[in-house]
Amino acid sequence: MNTTLPPRWITLAGLLPVVIAGSLFVWFAQMMPVIGAGDTLRVVIPWVPSLGVNLSFYIDGLSLTFALLITGIGALVMLYSARYLAGHVHQTRFSLFLTSFMLAMLGLVTSDNLLGLFVFWELTTITSYLLIGFSHSTQKARRSALQALLLTGIGGLALLAGIILIGTTAGTFEMSEINAMPGVLTGSVMYLPILLFVLAGAFNKSAQFPLHFWLPNAMAAPTPVSAYLHSATMVKAGIYLLARVHPSMAGTDVWLWTLTIFGAITMVFASVMALRQTDLKLALAYTTLMALGALTLLLGNESGYTITAAVTFLIVHSLYKASLFLVVGILDAQTGTREANKLFGMARAMPITAFAAGLAALSMAGFPPFLGFIGKELKYAGAIAVASEPVFVAGAVLIASALMVALAGIVSFRPFWSRSGDPIEGVTEAPWPMLAGPLVLAVMGAFFGIFPDTLATVLVNPTVGAIIGDAGDAKELQLWAGVNLPLFLSIATFVLGFAIYRYKLELRAWLIGLTERSPSFDNGWDKLMAGVAAGSKALTRAIQTGVLRHYMLITFGTALVVLAVTLFLRTTGIPQVGWPDVEIWDWIVFLLVLMGTFLTTITYSRITAIAGLGVVGIGMAMIFIIYSAPDVAITQLLVETLVVVLFAAAALKLPGLRENTRGFRVFDAIIGTAFGVVTAIILMKVTAGPIDRELTTFFEQASWPEAFGQNIVNVILVDFRALDTFGEIAVVLIAAISIFALLRAKPVEDKQ
Amino acid sequence: MNSVILLAGARLQVILLLIFSAYMLLRGHNAPGGGFIGGLIAATGFVVYAIACGTADARKALRFDPGSIAGVGLGIALLAGIAASIFGDALFTGQWLFIGATEDDKGLPLSTVLVFDIGVYLVVLGAILSIAFSLEEAV
Repeated sequence: MNTTLPPRWITLAGLLPVVIAGSLFVWFAQMMPVIGAGDTLRVVIPWVPSLGVNLSFYIDGLSLTFALLITGIGALVMLYSARYLAGHVHQTRFSLFLTSFMLAMLGLVTSDNLLGLFVFWELTTITSYLLIGFSHSTQKARRSALQALLLTGIGGLALLAGIILIGTTAGTFEMSEINAMPGVLTGSVMYLPILLFVLAGAFNKSAQFPLHFWLPNAMAAPTPVSAYLHSATMVKAGIYLLARVHPSMAGTDVWLWTLTIFGAITMVFASVMALRQTDLKLALAYTTLMALGALTLLLGNESGYTITAAVTFLIVHSLYKASLFLVVGILDAQTGTREANKLFGMARAMPITAFAAGLAALSMAGFPPFLGFIGKELKYAGAIAVASEPVFVAGAVLIASALMVALAGIVSFRPFWSRSGDPIEGVTEAPWPMLAGPLVLAVMGAFFGIFPDTLATVLVNPTVGAIIGDAGDAKELQLWAGVNLPLFLSIATFVLGFAIYRYKLELRAWLIGLTERSPSFDNGWDKLMAGVAAGSKALTRAIQTGVLRHYMLITFGTALVVLAVTLFLRTTGIPQVGWPDVEIWDWIVFLLVLMGTFLTTITYSRITAIAGLGVVGIGMAMIFIIYSAPDVAITQLLVETLVVVLFAAAALKLPGLRENTRGFRVFDAIIGTAFGVVTAIILMKVTAGPIDRELTTFFEQASWPEAFGQNIVNVILVDFRALDTFGEIAVVLIAAISIFALLRAKPVEDKQ
Repeated sequence: MNSVILLAGARLQVILLLIFSAYMLLRGHNAPGGGFIGGLIAATGFVVYAIACGTADARKALRFDPGSIAGVGLGIALLAGIAASIFGDALFTGQWLFIGATEDDKGLPLSTVLVFDIGVYLVVLGAILSIAFSLEEAV
């Protein structure tokens, strides 16, 4: 079977992202000499200076390594997807999402300000959500996208909490300044909470066990996305964060043990789970988890060996894993399947793909002379250098590495070279834009393996320097390090790996049986989500009765209790009640308002009630007139008129009030009266004290000379506080739109 | 409603109230009035007209969709606020132009503040009519 690809793939939507990513790669690449010499670059754009929030960008070895991986792999992946998705109806949308993701990711790794980093962190979460859910017509894609969004979103919130604690503890959000203050975080009483929050964010983003399950699900995304986000870049954001805070947060027992234990569990668990998969893409997803676990494990330590190993493995892994993902994408596109037990001996039909896959797999398995071999040797050296538990760490690395050897065989040897089954007929080689990515990445793995010094001086050493503060501690990258313990461990890895590969089918069957009997995290997630939905539904039903009287009761009841309790606790005596010195007009208005209120409360006709309320409102307007506030009075009068007219229009169609509401009315009357009494007492107490006339005086004096207006109320509205007014009229418009929508929407019958 | 008196009166009063609302709007800076009050007065006129002649006629008399009127009003208010930044002031700072001003007479004062108030007027008018018309059409 051969999927017919449309011939036209040279489109703006497909190639503009390649140009953007390529230019950025060149731009970052020309910084290499500066960074390689041990310097750093920093640009600051103030954003919210009063809160210490800046858009500050800082480039050291660590940032540059990530930036080069992001833009370099980005350019190749975008070239690949230009061909892979050519003619897709949403290709433009895809390009936009992928480019936005790349820019967000670049912002993340170059941001010096932690709050800026957080913003970019969330942007990668959102763009990743859009990319995982790109095939939004399938339910699986939507569920996976939402799961990734919610899980990483929760992690993002934890990270924000950690960042704010860091900011308040250190007094700055600039990471370069914090890292320059030794012990400012580790010596603080807030160290433990900060650590827990930051680790929660990082582990979540980098899918550490037991928060790992969103990553295999995220494979619902198109293959270029999996290659780019879920192996080379986004999932490494958590690793980047760990490396970034390493100078100021590592070196404690908590840091060491948390990272070592979680990293080791993730690494071993993921490599075992990878063996279980028959879908090649899923198998790769689990090997990515293994790599993330290994990186976390290595970053737990401070020695030059482990950090050099981490940085080298980071680069190695990005190169071979992106390459292998793209290869699986090619297999999928050209043969229509990515099931391990259907693909055999495809090398004859697809020689170039097979070559790229072979190179990448040899690097993954850690054969010399590939960069993967150096990475693996360093991992062993680093594991042995772990002072606390070298046997435990080295053992975990050994198991995982052996499984990687077996998996490299499953993912790239078997589909292309194995004679266990018949090759699929009629398959052709992929077009060159799709071959370029995997080939270039795989060849680079071999190139850097043979000439490791080039990589070491320009990227690895500055990065190690950025993480542990001294580039001199970086260990040399070399293919032949002599006969030593790592070499023996490497040989043991190959032996064990070949043994696992030999018995892979038996092992897989056993693992499938085992996982089917054990509880699944994914099902647990579904149950959790169902529980949250049911809980919120129950809560909504309890508090949203839909009866206006209940809402009013709760609103006024709460206000009454809060005001009365505050009044009672803070009171300084009962206000003096004397005979007020008022005019006859005041008495008339007072009686008018009283009569209106009385009428409203005893009537059973809605029209009478609203007319009674209108009387009260007009009484209020008259009070404003008596006390010389004509603007407020006019507004009050007009609003009262409109309310009565509008309500009358609606009330004609409403049924009359029921006679059997007497019980309610007594209860309501008690609340109403009590509320009135409390408000009156508060007003009396407020007016008993001297009134601060500072604002009034200011407006009286400034209104005419500065704003050329004599009507202070209006001058305040349109000039002094014009921004407030603008906000208010925006609210008026929003209210009008909402009411319009409510009235136009057809009532939906509740299914209950 | 089929009252001839209401019908005739409503047509007359909508004109009067519109003129009055414009008057209230323009005098607002120095005497009681302004955009809020002006908008409310104009809206009252159309609401009564809608009750007398039906919302279809009222919509026709208004010529524009009330929601659009409110939206345009918000846009005008925003432009009036942004205009200040062209003259290098902070947003929403009033900009004044006194036409024919002499030593002791300020002449004809024109300002972005007035433009802003016209925006307020249109938002209030449009929003209330949008609510009132759809309420009357719904029941």
